[in-house]
Amino acid sequence: MASRLEGLDPALMLEIKSLGKTYGTGQKETRAIEDVSFSVEDRELVCVVGPSGCGKTTLLKCLAGLLRPTDGEVLLHGRRVTAPPEEMALVFQEYGRSLMPWTSVRNNVLLPLRHKKLSRTERSRLVEEALAAVGLAGFFDYYPWQLSGGMQQRVAIARALAYQPSILLMDEPFASVDAQTRGDLEDLVLRVRDEFGVTIVFVTHDIDESVYLSDRIVVLTHAPTVVKEILPVDLPHPRDQLATKELPDFAHLRAHVYRLIKREQDPVPRLAAAEG
Amino acid sequence: MSRRVYSSIAVGAEILVPLLILALWQLWTVQADSDHFPRLSTILVEFKDMWLFSEFSTHVVPSLVRISLGFGIAVVAGIALGIPIGLSEWTRKLAMPHIEYWRAMPPPALLPISIVLLHDIGDKQKVAFIAFFCLFPVLLNTIDGVRSIDRTLVDTARSYRIPRRERIRRIVLPAALPQIVAGMRTSLALAVIMMVLAEYFSSTSGVGYVLLISKNTFEMGPMWAAILLIGLLGYVLNLAFLLAERRALAWHRGWRASTPL
Repeated sequence: MASRLEGLDPALMLEIKSLGKTYGTGQKETRAIEDVSFSVEDRELVCVVGPSGCGKTTLLKCLAGLLRPTDGEVLLHGRRVTAPPEEMALVFQEYGRSLMPWTSVRNNVLLPLRHKKLSRTERSRLVEEALAAVGLAGFFDYYPWQLSGGMQQRVAIARALAYQPSILLMDEPFASVDAQTRGDLEDLVLRVRDEFGVTIVFVTHDIDESVYLSDRIVVLTHAPTVVKEILPVDLPHPRDQLATKELPDFAHLRAHVYRLIKREQDPVPRLAAAEG
Repeated sequence: MSRRVYSSIAVGAEILVPLLILALWQLWTVQADSDHFPRLSTILVEFKDMWLFSEFSTHVVPSLVRISLGFGIAVVAGIALGIPIGLSEWTRKLAMPHIEYWRAMPPPALLPISIVLLHDIGDKQKVAFIAFFCLFPVLLNTIDGVRSIDRTLVDTARSYRIPRRERIRRIVLPAALPQIVAGMRTSLALAVIMMVLAEYFSSTSGVGYVLLISKNTFEMGPMWAAILLIGLLGYVLNLAFLLAERRALAWHRGWRASTPL
């Protein structure tokens, strides 16, 4: 093992190398992802944005080891991902469907800890800490469906945090909550990133969200997907919903990403002409 | 109209309408004076003499034991077979034609063979007969319930590397439970039918046997009393099941009510 890890940048968390994904065979064959490469450093927050239907979820499932890429590879700490890795947790967009409606908030957060080699007290401590971190300390015994959408997504985040991952993948996690809640949840993500020292890959179609959260943004084209541009976000930390969004840099970045994606969403004939 | 008033009217109707029907039966039988349709008062006297409780332990208890055993075995076997079949597409492809064949079999067709195969007209044969036909609703509903588990939940379990046994116990089984329970309810009604059928054709005890003997000896009073008991038995079993389901699946009703669909 040591020899394989030698010469590896310790700051490098995740590497995506020429990843491609084709669905189906023969006439039904569709190329979802053409060629995507980027890397994520330790404790970095990278947002992946792209026009709707650009294969963001497919890409994320490949990163999570839930889907096998057709070409290329995903490396986590230099090791190839072929199945869901132990140090990775995933938060889905559909919180209502990723939580178990038949059991309490506590048991939902406890679920991924049951098979870990931990003492009973250690388990409850992790559950309590995670739920406290997302502001749900008083809701242990509720059923998920008794909570609002934003709170349910907090439960899903707490479950991911209790699992103690070094990297967190989030698939449009706030796409189905209202705008106010969304702002709160974005700040929650930034806070837990610092508190838990976790690396985050955050998929979204919301441009403001991507600029507000990111250290770097990966902009994708629509399918068959390639990386359009990777841009660093040098906005000051800590971010603030009002102050950060009033900065001229924020407006510039936002406009830049917007143009990149807008061009992608133009009607197909014009796009073909532009590329030709 | 408040909910309370509404539900007390509903419960009142559930009790009053059967009483009304019984009263009409009494009026009609008094006037008709037929041997085949004895008066309600005659039937009730027979009912009291037979079932409360002189023949309760000789005939009702054996019937109840057979229903419970047959139903219990069917539920355990249905879930135990349904989960692996529901989880694996290949197992399903191989098993479904056989399941469809046997579940289309009319129960009386297997009654003779159950006696021959098991060399028995006692409890073993009757329990096996009840269990066999009660198996299918539970089995098919379990398969269906397991298959329709939400994809997101499956991916969640996979991404957290939850081991297979834990996954089945904590996710697959509870997720499929509402459908399994619906199958169990169908099976329970079936168990009463199978019990009467098996006892009617091959038995020396049970309410189905009483039905047969009183028919053969033209004792219409005891026959109607047996019919009344069998109906009540099915009704009470279903009611008890509904109350248990209400408790076990409280989450399901709350969840359904909270999810706009």
